[in-house]
Amino acid sequence: MSQIKSSRIVKKPPLSEAAAGLLAWVDSRFPLTKTWREHVSEYYAPRNFNFWYYFGSLALLVLVNQIVTGIFLTMNYKPSATEAFASIEYIMRDVSWGWLIRYMHSTGASAFFVVIYLHMFRGLLYGSYRKPRELVWLVGMGIYLCLMAEAFMGYLLPWGNMSFWGAQVIISLFGAVPVVGEGLAQWIRGDYVVSDVTLNRFFALHVIGLPLALLGLVVLHLLALHEVGSNNPDGIDIKKKLGADGHPIEGVPFHPYYTVKDIVGAVVFLMLVAAVIFFEPTFGGLFLEHANFTPADPLLTPPEIAPVWYFTPFYAILRAVPNKLFGVILMGLAVMSFFFLPWLDRGKVLSIRYRGWIYKSALAVFVLSFLGLGYLGTQPVTTDSVLGLPIAPLMAARILAVLYFGFFLLMPIYTRLDPSKPVPESLT
Amino acid sequence: MRAGWMLMMGCLLGSGLATAQEAHLSAPRIDTHNKTVLQRGARLFHNYCLSCHSAHFARYQRMGEDLGIPTEQLKANLMFTTNKPGDTMQVALRPQDAAAWFGKPPPDLTLTARYRGKAWLYNYLKGFYQDDKRPFGVNNAVFPDVAMPHVLVNLEGLKRRVPADGKGQERYEQISPGLLDAAAYDRAVRDLVAYMSYLAEPAGLKRPRLGVWVLIFLGAMLILAILLKKEVWKDVPH
Amino acid sequence: MNDETISGPGSSLDVDAARRRLLGTAMGAMAGTGAVAAAWPFLASMRTSAKAEALGAPVETDISTLQPGELRTYEWRGKPVWVLKRTPDMLETLKQNDSYLRDPKSSADQQPPYAANEERARSDHKDIFVAVGICTHLGCSPMFKPQHPAPEIHPHWQGGFFCPCHGSKFDLAGRVYQGVPAPLNLVIPPYRYAGATTLIIGDDEQEKTA
Repeated sequence: MSQIKSSRIVKKPPLSEAAAGLLAWVDSRFPLTKTWREHVSEYYAPRNFNFWYYFGSLALLVLVNQIVTGIFLTMNYKPSATEAFASIEYIMRDVSWGWLIRYMHSTGASAFFVVIYLHMFRGLLYGSYRKPRELVWLVGMGIYLCLMAEAFMGYLLPWGNMSFWGAQVIISLFGAVPVVGEGLAQWIRGDYVVSDVTLNRFFALHVIGLPLALLGLVVLHLLALHEVGSNNPDGIDIKKKLGADGHPIEGVPFHPYYTVKDIVGAVVFLMLVAAVIFFEPTFGGLFLEHANFTPADPLLTPPEIAPVWYFTPFYAILRAVPNKLFGVILMGLAVMSFFFLPWLDRGKVLSIRYRGWIYKSALAVFVLSFLGLGYLGTQPVTTDSVLGLPIAPLMAARILAVLYFGFFLLMPIYTRLDPSKPVPESLT
Repeated sequence: MRAGWMLMMGCLLGSGLATAQEAHLSAPRIDTHNKTVLQRGARLFHNYCLSCHSAHFARYQRMGEDLGIPTEQLKANLMFTTNKPGDTMQVALRPQDAAAWFGKPPPDLTLTARYRGKAWLYNYLKGFYQDDKRPFGVNNAVFPDVAMPHVLVNLEGLKRRVPADGKGQERYEQISPGLLDAAAYDRAVRDLVAYMSYLAEPAGLKRPRLGVWVLIFLGAMLILAILLKKEVWKDVPH
Repeated sequence: MNDETISGPGSSLDVDAARRRLLGTAMGAMAGTGAVAAAWPFLASMRTSAKAEALGAPVETDISTLQPGELRTYEWRGKPVWVLKRTPDMLETLKQNDSYLRDPKSSADQQPPYAANEERARSDHKDIFVAVGICTHLGCSPMFKPQHPAPEIHPHWQGGFFCPCHGSKFDLAGRVYQGVPAPLNLVIPPYRYAGATTLIIGDDEQEKTA
């Protein structure tokens, strides 16, 4: 018995040996092992990543989900005003498992923004946008802008009534630009109203144009990050203390330490997403809006028109301003303000752990204003109370918008005044 | 870390509930997973609704399979405009006739339960009352000046609106009986709404059942992932 | 579990290598299973959809007015299906073709079992020939050539189908001649009769259950 076994082993070289040969062949022609080492197995990340550090890899996971489900949706979707709505129902009913693929895509879109907003919030918590990670942050903001465009154009594709009117309203914003505005809006639509032409070009941009840009930016984001190294909840530069092997003493290789850790995060995340997909795919009308279950009707605006939740903070700012042009400008600024964070922040420390009460309060106010604006953006403006408080929604939005912009505009001042604590030498 | 997850879930759930659009209309729990209920609803829908409204995204055959109705029964009792089970639920009424009779063609009903919501449908179907000023002699409590006649009048009978006065709130009183008493009509409406919810999302029948298995699988994977993480992280000093 | 004294990654002495390998393998197996399970809906979504199935539903037709020698073409699942009412003469010629044919006994699986006979038709309507009008060579639709003799087609032509694309020849039961590019007899679709004159193409369900 044992003889047979050993003779077999002698005859056939172990798989690992053959694989090693193949790998050597590839490595002498392409930097496969080198790249793997540089970015995964010997990319040293601080060993004290916490909850907030899951969202980068989760964003990558959602991106893959969106691309794969998107490809399969494209196989059955028809980008035409007469057929689009019916083709979605075709996917939901006649295509085997089409409903699952569609819900994975629609839930994935909202999950993407949940993950990205939490990822950005992590940056605010630990000063991840500060020197030397300015480019990581700027590229990341580019990804965020791309994602907003991607989501906005994708939302038109089902050609429901909310799709139509949402696109109509947002494209009309460009009409606020002086002189060329109307021409610009018409150029974007390619027609006098949102039409088949608009749908067709949004489809092109949604399924190929923006995803390509997005993928390119994600690669740049990771390259820039791996050049300077990851920040951490203490905001300490771990590269200052290197071990005998030349690697940071307080760092661990991304693989296997953060791969196994990120798997835990990914599984928890998948459970949350699966719960939505299988038990409440419209998420109470928040992920798939009720008014979008009726086909686009250019003659009938839905009674309560609101963008999908991830745009509502900015939409609330737009509505809060009584002047069209000024409203559009402020809404744009609300998004663009994030770009300037690396230069607005004059604090001596990176992490919230060692910042003083001023920054902590400012951040808390900012988060509350963002959430508050997001809530107000989903609500009709016709009432005179918010959550039972005797304040008109528009007035509430104005107050919150002032707080929102105050966080950015006053940042150079309050971060300088902030009584920061001493930063320890080692990770805690 | 745990606090972070809780915070996130809390936000998601809170916002989800806050925007539920049906908040202002109340309705009893409607059983959308009971095949007997759905079959009763199908009988009502196909006999009373489908003669004027289409459900043109839904296929008879799929419905028969999902609800456990054999093809022969399907053809005999529920299919009136075609004898091909693979067909979608079209309507015999021509759009131009419909426009002439009702002012505009009756809307397609495939997705109404998702568009309007179950609570709205329930209240709408129970909301018809006598109003001689309207072309069909009825009006509706949740859809004022509706262009549709009270199709289920032979089941429900007719109600009259008693406006609010000093003594009490607005209420409705029965002025002519139907084939069904109030409780039986209520059940009929719930059956109909259940069937229309099914029609709006046929995948909804098996979706939650599959979800349970997916979560069980992911739950098992989570335990393994945590064990693996703890094992690998034994290397790292803290 | 006491690893306080360990100085750096990978240097642990109390690491249970077997346990670690087992957990890693189990995780890999589980992730693999999950990936395969997740791939299934995507692959399954490429199957024939309910709409395509409905469009490919059986075709019902009345053959009471079909004249002897007449060929009608119907569309079933996007393909032409011929229905030919053969005259007694035509049926007689089938018996003389065998030595010129590749598969005179219809042994290849190109027809339902009930049509694996000389006429390649159901025994209760032997004169009615139902076939998918697509050449088994490269998918052209052959032409109906009932006239004979026709030496320009074949010295022994008894009437049949001639494919203009690459010259394949079939007799009036759709059986392929020798020496032509087409390898197989024409396909006979499933069909059945509902009553004396109603032909249903694409469905033989009652045959199966009977």
